[in-house]
Amino acid sequence: MKRSPKDVAESARTISRRALVMGGVQLGVIGALGLRLQAMQVEQADQFRLLAEENRINIRLLPPARGLIFDRNGIPIAANEQNYRVVMVSEDAGDIGEVLAKLTQLVEIDPADLTRAMDEMQTQMQRGSPFVPVTIADRLSWEDVARINLNTPTLPGVSAEVGLSRVYPWGADLAHVVGYVGPVSSYDLSRIDDADPLLQIPRFQIGKTGAENKLEHTLRGSAGDRRIEVNAAGRIMRELDRREGTPGEDVQLTIDSRLQSYVQARLDGESAGAVVIDLENGDLRAVASAPAFDPNLFVRGISTKDWTALNEDKYRPLAAKAVQGTYPPGSTFKMVAALAAMEDGVVAPDETVYCPGFTDVFNIRFHCWKGGGHGNINLHESLKQSCDCYYYEIAQRVGIDKMAVMARKLGLGIKHDLPLSAVAAGLAPDKEWKSSVRGEDWRIGDTVNASIGQGYVLASPLQLAVMTARIATGHEIKPRLVRLIDGVEQPSGRGESLGLNENTLRRIRASMTDVCNHRRGTAYGSRITADEYKMAGKTGTSQVRRITPEERAAGVTKNEDLPWERRDHALFVGYAPSDNPRYAVSVVVEHGGGGSRAAAPIARDIILQAQYGGPPPLEAYPSSVRDRIAAQQERINARIPPGSKGLGRA
Amino acid sequence: MSYLEYNTKFVPTGLRKLWYLNWPVIMLLTAVACAGFLMLYSVAGGSTNPWMEPQMKRFAAGMVLMIVVAMVPIWFWRNMAFVAFGGSLLLLLAVEFFGEVNMGAQRWINLGFMRLQPSELTKITMVMFLAAYYDWLPNNKTSHPFWVALPVLFILAPTVLVLNQPDLGTALLLLMGGATVMFLAGVHWAYFATVIGAGVGGIVAVFQSRGTPWQLLKDYQYRRIDTFLDPANDPLGAGYHITQAKIALGSGGWTGRGFMQGTQSRLNFLPEKHTDFIFTTLAEEFGFVGAFGLLVLYLLIVGFCVISALSNRDRFASLLTLGIAMTFFLFFAVNMAMVTGLAPVVGVPLPLVSYGGSAMLVLLVAFGLVQSAHVHKPR
Repeated sequence: MKRSPKDVAESARTISRRALVMGGVQLGVIGALGLRLQAMQVEQADQFRLLAEENRINIRLLPPARGLIFDRNGIPIAANEQNYRVVMVSEDAGDIGEVLAKLTQLVEIDPADLTRAMDEMQTQMQRGSPFVPVTIADRLSWEDVARINLNTPTLPGVSAEVGLSRVYPWGADLAHVVGYVGPVSSYDLSRIDDADPLLQIPRFQIGKTGAENKLEHTLRGSAGDRRIEVNAAGRIMRELDRREGTPGEDVQLTIDSRLQSYVQARLDGESAGAVVIDLENGDLRAVASAPAFDPNLFVRGISTKDWTALNEDKYRPLAAKAVQGTYPPGSTFKMVAALAAMEDGVVAPDETVYCPGFTDVFNIRFHCWKGGGHGNINLHESLKQSCDCYYYEIAQRVGIDKMAVMARKLGLGIKHDLPLSAVAAGLAPDKEWKSSVRGEDWRIGDTVNASIGQGYVLASPLQLAVMTARIATGHEIKPRLVRLIDGVEQPSGRGESLGLNENTLRRIRASMTDVCNHRRGTAYGSRITADEYKMAGKTGTSQVRRITPEERAAGVTKNEDLPWERRDHALFVGYAPSDNPRYAVSVVVEHGGGGSRAAAPIARDIILQAQYGGPPPLEAYPSSVRDRIAAQQERINARIPPGSKGLGRA
Repeated sequence: MSYLEYNTKFVPTGLRKLWYLNWPVIMLLTAVACAGFLMLYSVAGGSTNPWMEPQMKRFAAGMVLMIVVAMVPIWFWRNMAFVAFGGSLLLLLAVEFFGEVNMGAQRWINLGFMRLQPSELTKITMVMFLAAYYDWLPNNKTSHPFWVALPVLFILAPTVLVLNQPDLGTALLLLMGGATVMFLAGVHWAYFATVIGAGVGGIVAVFQSRGTPWQLLKDYQYRRIDTFLDPANDPLGAGYHITQAKIALGSGGWTGRGFMQGTQSRLNFLPEKHTDFIFTTLAEEFGFVGAFGLLVLYLLIVGFCVISALSNRDRFASLLTLGIAMTFFLFFAVNMAMVTGLAPVVGVPLPLVSYGGSAMLVLLVAFGLVQSAHVHKPR
């Protein structure tokens, strides 16, 4: 049957018309697509190209090697140790369980580490990145690494890697000086304003305390980086380029690690701080606080048990008592009072003051340590015998403000600029301080108390050593801890003359010499008999409790009968040789009792050790104590400091 | 139709039919397929495996199939239209019950020698069926409500089945393909205006009612619509893919980053880079020139089909050719709109370029029908 040509023609017309409309719509759509392509590929191409680059290029930081810290003799006190760890890539391992079983047969691995590693590998696999290496064990010995490398064919996916980790060869001996490093925490990040991208590296080690912390920017160095191409899953495809970082600068401290180690050993068993300062340039030869702790514990991540033990110890091993602890300086402050009064001219060196054993100031009775009194006493004898009443009198004459000025001049009550944690400012109180801080008026009794280093006066062992150094030299000795940074000598700590009356200073030094070397001096028992090494000094005993009149009437309780926390602090400051001072030393033994008995012998041993540059001969000691000293030297020599590995112990 | 229905001057027979094939379309199809091979080679990281080689084999088989289909007179296919469409519907139903679940959707049916996606087949058989329907229907009844409702039902039946798989992309293509044939056949404007108006009105109502007491959908449904319309709201989920695709596309620039130099595809940032998103790789590596070039090739294929259809006096042949050309157009336009971020991601492959067996075979068979119509047109 033929179709009617009319129908065919009409149908064709309809279709053509509709097809043209369709065609128009299609062209519109194509135009839109073309415009869209043009907009994206031509106009916004740069923007998208940038995004594509951001996608594919990852920048990985290369941590620089941390600068080393040496002591003044070039002996390392903070070093970088090669640290071997075994890592595993789960996608290469095949049967993870089997490989791990083989691995544990070869090297000993903590089961806790093993479960942690298994978990981590599970997570990585779930994340779709089984190519990320997972650390299985850390701090392997070289033997373990050799064993693993030898068995590589049977351990698919396992490899040994090497990294650097911080090690402190002297262990606890320098803990408070160098401090320690630890992984950067979110607390650190919130606290410090530092844009260094290195801090973003997980577990990047930064200085947490001590010089490691304060010299962080010198020691850290700057990051290198490598640009790598990664795919969408984060797998590294290739390295595009690599820029090595700059290693941190090496630092040499002024500390003599052998002396430091000796001081720590000598303070062993006490809760104490001691500082040795070189008078030529202010170099801190030893800054010791006892007891101490092993900083290596912190680098590895301290266990809760160790941490609790350190925190709960009543001797506070974590406190750097030498710079951070402040104590009433007791009689060691008398030089300050004397110098202030002499400089002011309110008392002449030979003028005597009568000491009946007490002084009444406006109905309040202040006692001399010697109940019977010293009678008529001048400057020389007052220091030598540590008479209190003499100072009650001259202090009232000169007034607190001038004493405070002198104290600051001698380095008390001011914060010394040292790269150590929590350097204390101490306190040299004056009227203005009391009214502004305490909101109270200064009373004359406060002045009397301050004259013998009690009341509001506070000083750290470091400050006492600086004070002694300044008295011994008449110069503004500034303590210096850093000798060289990257081989560059740091400015000397020996400053200008303090401008004190040389005659007064000479008299005070003579008194200090007699303290140690005159039969009636308070530290005569701790004298040095070798002529060229003789010591001068001053004892101090500072009360941490009030002695009530009732108690005084009943007879003052002996220190030995008190609980430890209530006993007096024992202090001693000294320098040697007495006629040509080279070293100053300060010792504070917390709750140690009397300064002459508890602190002076320690100071003598330390300053002898410093002068001889090693164990002094027994001839330097009075014959009566030589046997005891010999035994003590033996005991200390036998004590190998933990972690020192015999470095520099020749 | 048969030649008996028309006054013809000349009828090609036997192997001479080969001469009367629509050769420009064959050339263009081959050119597009070659672009596809190149891209499959590139996304495999410079390897003929796993995608390029099977794709080439399928294309060769598809071309043979196309010629075979082209040799068969078009009226045979017209008579087969009802059977083919019925068969497709049965297969769709079979998928519903016996189909293989893959990537969360039930789309495939295993025929033993190949895995068939009946929804692909339906796109073509539906166009065939509608063309045959309007060939059979007298012209004056085209816009009669009853005769309009009937094909609408035939369009909705497979659409609902496909939507149920679920495969929103194909469902939309079926709907649009069917509507196109109806439009071309001359169904009155008013029907389309009404449907489009109702659709727009419905959508506006759904969105306007949001947050009002008479809200039409549940809150979570709105949130789903939001993510669907703007994947950037969900940057790690659906948004990740489209963002990466746009980066790849845009970073191509004028002339592209060079063959096999596209970092987005080579480093796996692109999703589905060998299937739905293959156009982004092409755009990244060959730039605006390459991408627009492919667009032009597609447009030329459609153009030659339209010319062939308009020069064909036979209603079935003409409608079939236009319908297939339009379906083809919808395929690549929706895909490109999708990867350029103009349309939501609905999962439509790029015809002839995306890796995929049944889509390629079905498409070439469809072009076989176009060729048959071209060869056997009354001259």
